[in-house]
Amino acid sequence: MTTMKVYISEAQATENKVALDDMILTTKLPTTAGSRMLDDYRSLFDAEVVTRLETAGYEIAGKVNVGEFAIDLLGETSYYGPCEKDGLLTGAAAELLERDEVKAVVSLDVNGAPRRTAALAGLICIKPTYGTVSRYGTIPAACSGETICVTAGNAETCREILSVIVGHDCKDGTSLPEDACERLKTEAERTPVKKIAVAKAMEAAADEAVREKIEQLKTRAAKCGIEVIEIEAEELLLAKPAWNILMSAEVCNNVSRYDGIKFGYRTPHYEDIDELYTNSRTEAFGFLLKSTVLFGSDVLSTDNYWKAYDKSLRIRRVLSEYLNRIFGEVDAIVLPACGKEAYSGEMVKENPYIAYDESLFTAPSSITGYPALVTEGVQLMGNMFSENSLLDLALMFEKEGK
Amino acid sequence: MKYETVIGLEVHVELATESKIFCSCSAKFGAEQNEHVCPACCGMPGMLPVVNKRVVDLGMTAGMMLNCDINRVTTFDKKSYYYPDLPASYQTTQWFAPICVNGTVDIRTSAGEKKIRIKQIHMEEDAGKLVHDDWTDTSLVDFNRTSVPLIEIVSQPDLSSAEEVLAYLERLRDLLRFAKVSDCRWEQGSMRCDVNLSVRPEGSDVLGVRTEMKNMNSLSAIERAIEYETARHIDAIERGIGELVQETRRWDDIKGKSYSMRNKETAGDYRYFPDPNIMPVVIDDDWYDRIRASLPDFPEVKKARYMEELGLSEYDADQLIQSRAFCDVFEAAYAECGMAKEAANWLISDCASVLNKNQQTFDMLNINGKALGQLIRLVAEEKVSRGNAKRILAEMFKKDIDPEEFAKANGLILSNDTGAIEAVVKNVIVSDPKSVADYKGGKEKALMALFGKCMKELKGNCNPQVLRELLIKAINEE
Repeated sequence: MTTMKVYISEAQATENKVALDDMILTTKLPTTAGSRMLDDYRSLFDAEVVTRLETAGYEIAGKVNVGEFAIDLLGETSYYGPCEKDGLLTGAAAELLERDEVKAVVSLDVNGAPRRTAALAGLICIKPTYGTVSRYGTIPAACSGETICVTAGNAETCREILSVIVGHDCKDGTSLPEDACERLKTEAERTPVKKIAVAKAMEAAADEAVREKIEQLKTRAAKCGIEVIEIEAEELLLAKPAWNILMSAEVCNNVSRYDGIKFGYRTPHYEDIDELYTNSRTEAFGFLLKSTVLFGSDVLSTDNYWKAYDKSLRIRRVLSEYLNRIFGEVDAIVLPACGKEAYSGEMVKENPYIAYDESLFTAPSSITGYPALVTEGVQLMGNMFSENSLLDLALMFEKEGK
Repeated sequence: MKYETVIGLEVHVELATESKIFCSCSAKFGAEQNEHVCPACCGMPGMLPVVNKRVVDLGMTAGMMLNCDINRVTTFDKKSYYYPDLPASYQTTQWFAPICVNGTVDIRTSAGEKKIRIKQIHMEEDAGKLVHDDWTDTSLVDFNRTSVPLIEIVSQPDLSSAEEVLAYLERLRDLLRFAKVSDCRWEQGSMRCDVNLSVRPEGSDVLGVRTEMKNMNSLSAIERAIEYETARHIDAIERGIGELVQETRRWDDIKGKSYSMRNKETAGDYRYFPDPNIMPVVIDDDWYDRIRASLPDFPEVKKARYMEELGLSEYDADQLIQSRAFCDVFEAAYAECGMAKEAANWLISDCASVLNKNQQTFDMLNINGKALGQLIRLVAEEKVSRGNAKRILAEMFKKDIDPEEFAKANGLILSNDTGAIEAVVKNVIVSDPKSVADYKGGKEKALMALFGKCMKELKGNCNPQVLRELLIKAINEE
């Protein structure tokens, strides 16, 4: 079993320990984004979430490993080894939580890895509405969609941590006004979830074991007096290609700052500036990131911008409008959080693009910024600012299960 | 065959803001290397850009001065390329929706007046500066200039000679300095210019092969470069000397030649896309109107008013409109004292000489115009002598003082107490009988000696006319 903690703080153990994923910058610990490029990189400043957590009395217990720049859903591409358990790729946050070493893990959800991890491990993950948690001090990958999320063993803890980290931040230009963020606080008013819709098109794309979990959730919901309907929701299938284009373009641009000049890895093998750039990046970046950079470069090229990138922005708008319409009728959409229970490292080596394929299920929330909850191994998307309603639902399921 | 030159300019102007465009670092010129830097303008991961509103103010101001349409929703985009002076390997600029479009600038040359069309003005961040160290054969990077706000003013290819280009650049500089958008100092790099040039047979409506000369930083270099490049193009067309390709060229002003830097094939794709970290800037009516209301009159409008309404000579008016600061102080002083000619004189001779002595430009004039007006009135009312007023003015350059209070506190108020003056005159006459005798004997100069002694006794605080009259009267009564 690979060790999944990269760095552990030396501070005394307390009840209020929280781990961060390795995309969130802290001054006390290195932040690597799972990349050789940032091996041992120390930030000069703390992320806003870190400041908020520490101010509220939480202790940053350490960092959990991520796939390189968190674009890798499966967590296989970290420079520090894959996030593996019993030969299966699961995700690093889960192990810490299962061992009860920390209360919660705060991660940057770029391509859905934390949601997938929570689904596989039977944990709760809440990915809040885009713009409610400051991204100041997170390593940028796909800025238009990446959102800080919370994973914990139960819904109440997720709510507690979320309540601490939400809020307007003038250091983040995409941060929503305080009154919008207030709606995510524990004490905020909310309407209960009464009607949920299973997205058939998404369900059909998942394998048997995942579909079984959705069936269980439907039964449980019915027991709780929630109306369950089915919708086709083919539109959601558009999210994956569009998000892959947007994400790759933004990642390509965001990792361009790692050129070996100012910080990060610098190759010892160079004669001139072009070799310095090329060799530093060639030696420090992994396969999946390189393919993302190439793809991202291509979709932004003059030849393809309107065909690929601009069209993806339009799909983002169409999907948001679609979701807005759906949430006028139902309180949440049920969809898988992953297509398959778990992959082995071998399978990924045979087909590295599994990471892209798996984003079919996480992309709808990533591209639109609508909030998502993972509970009982299943994903529920809700309307903007409906985090508390979704968490109430998770809480209801927890009680029902006991 | 006769040829005509077709020139379009891209002019970069650093905006006169206190801080940088996306972080709170100082944007001032002249600091120690890498003194004005933070993780944001060094491109470190995790910092997010927050737009400096003042940059948008000045971008709008520039557009309004150049008769542009203002885009009420304007966005920032990322432009990617690798260069060591660009810390994040992308520059945040405006590609899809620049702040200003479709403007005009009127220029005047020996051939008369001409309208030059502006295609667009966009806001962007500057890059850092590479300092080559010959001793160690390395390049060092100074990040002070990274993220200093710029506007780029893109003209249509409406210019056809070096003379027009210089007239256009000087007009731009005048207008932007007048509107306090930028100090436009070529020598400090706060104004720079890319020259796009092509040549075609006269009367043709097909454009020739275009070359671009980047980062020109003086008017004389631009003039020489345009003449050289025009000749090179004509040579290439007529005699096949050198191949004409679309390319970026570097002008070497010492050698007087241009050199190829990169051509179309080797040019990178900038991969522009909207910056997802910067929300579109929406300019509402209040904001638009506030900037519109803050615009100054054009210099020539001020000049006409100074001459027609205030009766200044053309020379005086021309001197004042050299600098917005002079106009502002002049207008405030005039409003206070109502004496236009006097106020103009104080600026053109007295203020200018103080600035010259301090090696400051006219734009750096920073005195209270209302106080200057008060000072002028004190002189006119014969409460302070002209000489002492100059001393008070020097004090006004140091801090914002009330001239009358300062004069009182420092004993600079003129004495109109004839009794006191007569007493001094009496003493002086008694102490210097020789001069009195000389004067009586017809030596005019002797009077000046007596006058000077009196003035010294009175510490200058005396109306010279009154003193002179009292002195002559006393001698004659002797």
